[in-house]
Amino acid sequence: MTAFEPTVDDLLRTLAPQVVGVLTRRYGDFTAAEDAVQEALLDAARQWPAEGVPRNPRGWLIQVATRRMTEQVRSEQARRRREELVAGQVPADRRSAPGADAGTEGAHDDTLALLFLCCHPVLSPASKIALTLRSVGGLTTGEIAAAFLVPEATMGQRISRAKHRIKDSGVPFRMPDGAEWPARLDAVLHVLYLIFNEGYASSTGAALRRVELSREAIRLTRAVHTLLPDSAEVAGLLALMLLTEARGPARTGPDGELVPLAEQDRGRWDTAAIAEGVSLITAALPRGPVGPYQVQAAIAAVHDEAPTAAETDWPQILALYGVLARISDNPLIILNRAVAIAMVDGPATGLALLADPPPALTGHHRLYAVRAHLHELAGDQEAAVADYRTAARRTASLLERHHLSLCAARLAAQTGK
Amino acid sequence: MKYMLLMQFSEKNVDFPKLDEWKPEEIQAHIQFMKETNAGLTDAGELVDAQGLAMPETARIVRSHSGGAPVVTEGPFPESKEWVAGWWIVDCDTEQRAIEIAAAVSAAPGPGGRPLNMPIEVRQIMAIPPTEL
Repeated sequence: MTAFEPTVDDLLRTLAPQVVGVLTRRYGDFTAAEDAVQEALLDAARQWPAEGVPRNPRGWLIQVATRRMTEQVRSEQARRRREELVAGQVPADRRSAPGADAGTEGAHDDTLALLFLCCHPVLSPASKIALTLRSVGGLTTGEIAAAFLVPEATMGQRISRAKHRIKDSGVPFRMPDGAEWPARLDAVLHVLYLIFNEGYASSTGAALRRVELSREAIRLTRAVHTLLPDSAEVAGLLALMLLTEARGPARTGPDGELVPLAEQDRGRWDTAAIAEGVSLITAALPRGPVGPYQVQAAIAAVHDEAPTAAETDWPQILALYGVLARISDNPLIILNRAVAIAMVDGPATGLALLADPPPALTGHHRLYAVRAHLHELAGDQEAAVADYRTAARRTASLLERHHLSLCAARLAAQTGK
Repeated sequence: MKYMLLMQFSEKNVDFPKLDEWKPEEIQAHIQFMKETNAGLTDAGELVDAQGLAMPETARIVRSHSGGAPVVTEGPFPESKEWVAGWWIVDCDTEQRAIEIAAAVSAAPGPGGRPLNMPIEVRQIMAIPPTEL
């Protein structure tokens, strides 16, 4: 198998949202369609590798899923009434799968409509992520449960409740109207961003599957970018993911420990991903309007393009954080800006910026981590050690606690405290 | 985010009789409440695991011993009057929601149907590092 030959998994993941879309449009029941397609996908995953991929895989999936749907409907209590309903909704000429030469018109729109449906505002972030991965990403419930380290039954219930909430909310399966479009696209991008983080942010032990989550997020974002090539924010998010993922291999050491950006072996960065990310963001920025993903991608690009940490263009990064602070209310931006200003004007200026942090940052472990770093730069080792220790106590991240404890211990050893 | 909810028992933080002095129907009501609560958390897709622990009388302290067999003793425990009676691991969207769940299980019925108001410690489970902005 070569890199250019798509695997059965790749094929199924591409086809999954299209088939859910076709069935949902045909029968008007997203919940039942999604269940039926899951079963058809499992059938295909079992049969295709052994028996070969059918000539019209999409038609095969539609046919099997339709049969599954009919079986489900039959087993329901209101059996006769439902059967009549399903039969009556299908024109006679569409009761079998389309021919092998049938086009896939509407397939792209279906993928987008499905994304908008799964990222519906009535759902919690965890439910949006789970439903998107299953309905649009084509992952099985078991795979999603494994990635999030929860029992399969828990994930199954989460997905099933999410589908019922969508059903109860009465949202039709269609593209959102012009007025609601931007807000819904924001929600979709946010969910893709969360999926990416879930995969990117972990890189140890049992978390092998999570690398696949960040790749899945990139694949889905790439698909949205293909569908909406003119959206600068979609391009910005894809660029941000690529530019971040490019640093992945250098981000942890041999024992899984965190390696800060400044100490990473830049030779291990993925230059192809950096090139693609830089070209995407370079093309997107002038198209405007500039949103937070584009600015974050631009910042990531400045970091990625520096041949060494010392050659980082900090004035440009500081300017970009200024832009970001105007368009986003995320309080963590203040911390990153403080680091940038410290690199440009010295640590005292950075510390001054953090002298009076907003309430959202009070007690936040990253406030202490950044302050510790700036104290260390300023040569105040005692204050740095104290802040590193506080940050280590307050983080909920195991890797980060190890890293911060090491920083504290290393500095304390130097000063003999 | 995953949270561990620890049901802490100590002689000083409860004012109800020991479990073996409860009436059978009171114990039944308590068990029923816990079963229903866990079923609700499963349905919500939030329950990762939940277990009750045996009485501290059955607990053992195990320490490795350099050059020899591990040493197993019946204590000493950090504070013999306080012990963990059971725990839940939940996976929910916010800390607020974890606190809500803890409040619900804290109100489990005891003798006379009165809520036990058992202290429930809410601890976030150490996980992955947050992605840099």
